[in-house]
Amino acid sequence: MAQVLVVDDSASMRNMVMATLSSAGHQVKDAENGQAALDLAKSGSFDAVITDLNMPVMDGITLVKELRSLPSYTYTPILLLTTESAGDKKSAGKEAGATGWLVKPFNPDKLLTTVDRVLG
Amino acid sequence: MSIDLEQFHQVFFEESLENLDVVEQALVEIDVDAAVDAEVINSIFRAAHSIKGGSGTFGFTEVTEFTHLMETLLDEVRDGDRNLTQELVDALLKSCDCLRDWFDCLQTKQPLSTEQSQPIVAIFQAMLNDGDGAASSQTPASADEPGPAQDEVKSHLWQIHFKPQPDILMTGNEPLRLFRQLEQMGKVTVYANVDNIPEFNMLTPDECYISWAIDLETESQKSDVEEVFEWVIDECELTITEASTQQDTPTPKPVSENPDKTPAPTPTAENTPASTKTDPVPKKQQAAKAAAAKPAAANSAASSIRVGIDKVDNLINLVGELVITQSMLSELGNNFDMSKIERLSSGLEQLLQNTKELQENVMQIRMLPISFAFNRFPRMIRDLSVKIGKKVDLQIHGENTELDKTVMEKIGDPLVHLVRNAIDHGIESADDRIAAGKSEQGTIKLDAYHKGGNIVIEIADDGKGIDAEVIAGKAIEKGIIADTNGMTDGQIYELIFEPGFSTAAEVSDISGRGVGMDVVRRNIKSLGGRIDIESEKGKGSIFRVHLPLTLAILDGQLIRVGQEVYIIPLVAIVESLQIKPELVKHVSGNMTVYRLREDNVPIIPINQEFGISSDNTELENNLLVVVEGEGSKVGLLVDDLLAQQQVVIKSLETNYKRVQGISGATILGDGSVAMIIDVPGLIAMSADRIRLNDQEHAA
Repeated sequence: MAQVLVVDDSASMRNMVMATLSSAGHQVKDAENGQAALDLAKSGSFDAVITDLNMPVMDGITLVKELRSLPSYTYTPILLLTTESAGDKKSAGKEAGATGWLVKPFNPDKLLTTVDRVLG
Repeated sequence: MSIDLEQFHQVFFEESLENLDVVEQALVEIDVDAAVDAEVINSIFRAAHSIKGGSGTFGFTEVTEFTHLMETLLDEVRDGDRNLTQELVDALLKSCDCLRDWFDCLQTKQPLSTEQSQPIVAIFQAMLNDGDGAASSQTPASADEPGPAQDEVKSHLWQIHFKPQPDILMTGNEPLRLFRQLEQMGKVTVYANVDNIPEFNMLTPDECYISWAIDLETESQKSDVEEVFEWVIDECELTITEASTQQDTPTPKPVSENPDKTPAPTPTAENTPASTKTDPVPKKQQAAKAAAAKPAAANSAASSIRVGIDKVDNLINLVGELVITQSMLSELGNNFDMSKIERLSSGLEQLLQNTKELQENVMQIRMLPISFAFNRFPRMIRDLSVKIGKKVDLQIHGENTELDKTVMEKIGDPLVHLVRNAIDHGIESADDRIAAGKSEQGTIKLDAYHKGGNIVIEIADDGKGIDAEVIAGKAIEKGIIADTNGMTDGQIYELIFEPGFSTAAEVSDISGRGVGMDVVRRNIKSLGGRIDIESEKGKGSIFRVHLPLTLAILDGQLIRVGQEVYIIPLVAIVESLQIKPELVKHVSGNMTVYRLREDNVPIIPINQEFGISSDNTELENNLLVVVEGEGSKVGLLVDDLLAQQQVVIKSLETNYKRVQGISGATILGDGSVAMIIDVPGLIAMSADRIRLNDQEHAA
């Protein structure tokens, strides 16, 4: 199954996303901010990245930009976890190169269908 | 898909409470008249945002709606559209209290009360409606999407024209995956338009030159189809039109849905069928939706502890070393002869080292920085100083000093009491301070540090200090002491810890809550600690709380009485001495006291208290261990003083039952069990016995 990197500063959110993805057979690693995620991404390889937007140290948008600048993550699906229903965050994310988004709150089913969407 | 969300609740509660602490601390530090650091606002926003996100996911709607208001206001502040007013800071602080109560209720599965939240919501709403900030959205984020109307199931033929921008692949959006998704909705026929593919030498491999015409025969609504393209809608030309299902030859007639985009090119007749699917993929996702929400009866309030990963890594390392030592020793034991005695002893040395390190590191897991206990003070002092009109500056040092979690939980209330006291009784009013030549603003310093295996917490104020004469007068009036003859100032200060002592002429609602300093001292003693006072009239006072680092391990003095070994907590021991017969006095009944400088110390023979035999029943030249408990000194008569060592405390109550005079037990190096003496308990026991004896004598 796929290797997925989950990035969120909230441990409960990370736990929930990780447990859901693991239960569907994915291999999941997690990071609590953009910088930690970037370090993990550089040292490993992931088929998809799911990241929160608001995080200390390095936010989600910066992470997307950084990942896209790495040759091995040029085409990797990156999903944003967002609560902003307003469009500006989404478009900022899209501009940075995010694949799509998942609007919080979401349930495990919604998470899995969305991830399946990008994993093909 | 059956994921029980309840398993994440506890972490969410803990995390949210931590987030509230962050919000509160940041808010307390904010001075609305000065420029506020953007990062401070950001951290407050992030914390509120996290709570909102989590509560939405875990289904705590009230919390989501409430934090949404907080977040909206904070977002405006962050964007510079709203000024951070004192009113807003106050309301946000109140929100923290309200949310804390709510989380308490949620943890114990009680319904949430809106009594506290309503006035705050009203303030927030008023602010949002006010022109001050661009009140963007007031509707709480809702999980429900507008959802298609549930009309009768009807088959549609959607003709989709899809022309992505060349860089679509660079955002990880692969058109093939979009088509696969459409496939899940029904029968899909895809025609690819390859006209725009350039000559090979002009081709950039990661750009997309193809556009598509797609026929989708499905029962899904247009909005469902649009949702598939949700992520790419701004980076493509997309038209979705409905054709009658009877139509055999699809001729896509695009009607532009994005008027600001360049008009869609007219599709040509050269549409090549790329793939035809007749077999719609069953909606397995739908079937999987039968997720049963299993109510977990788990104890949601189970206490847990969050441990830094470095501490856990350390432990794993140490266990690794222990395993190496163990395998070395067991190999040595397999074919042992005396020539290997050297290696055996070095192996055992190593084992000792490993065990010691492991023990220290395991204890570390229970340790938390004292900032957990200190964090509540900035807010408390802020509220109190407003309430009583004294200006107080709080300085905190040593907040990274670590303390056992249990000790931390139990020391919180006594500390609060001491800090309240410092503000209420220590710090003078602004006028008095100016008259005394001090700055108008009083200072309270909190400090924590390690000292000789103990942790010391200091609460210092620069107030008026303790007036020994006033204390002495009060104590005499209350009948606590007869006179102050021979009492040092230090001893007089100690009187404030006596039950029934209160110097405040009238009980103020700040420190006078019916709980006196005697309770503070009792709580500290129950943790195996002590409190002392240093004070200078006119300069201020320092209260020092000495606490053991942990409750699970105790520094003990091993003693022997007859065949039994007991342990006396080292902290209780004043001194050990050999009895000089001329200093022994018999007083009333069969009570014996020992003259120790100015004190008369009652002698308690341990063998009599516990009904065991002892080597020597004569007092002469026997050993006396002078211990202190609950303010009184006694001498324990023992046969021998053995080693001093750290012992791990095992509860007697959980393993056997409560025994008076014994606080617990431990297992010694040779495997035998030794009882740990509860000094105050033993003193009470002995007092009872003497009283009983006296009554018998009198009878």
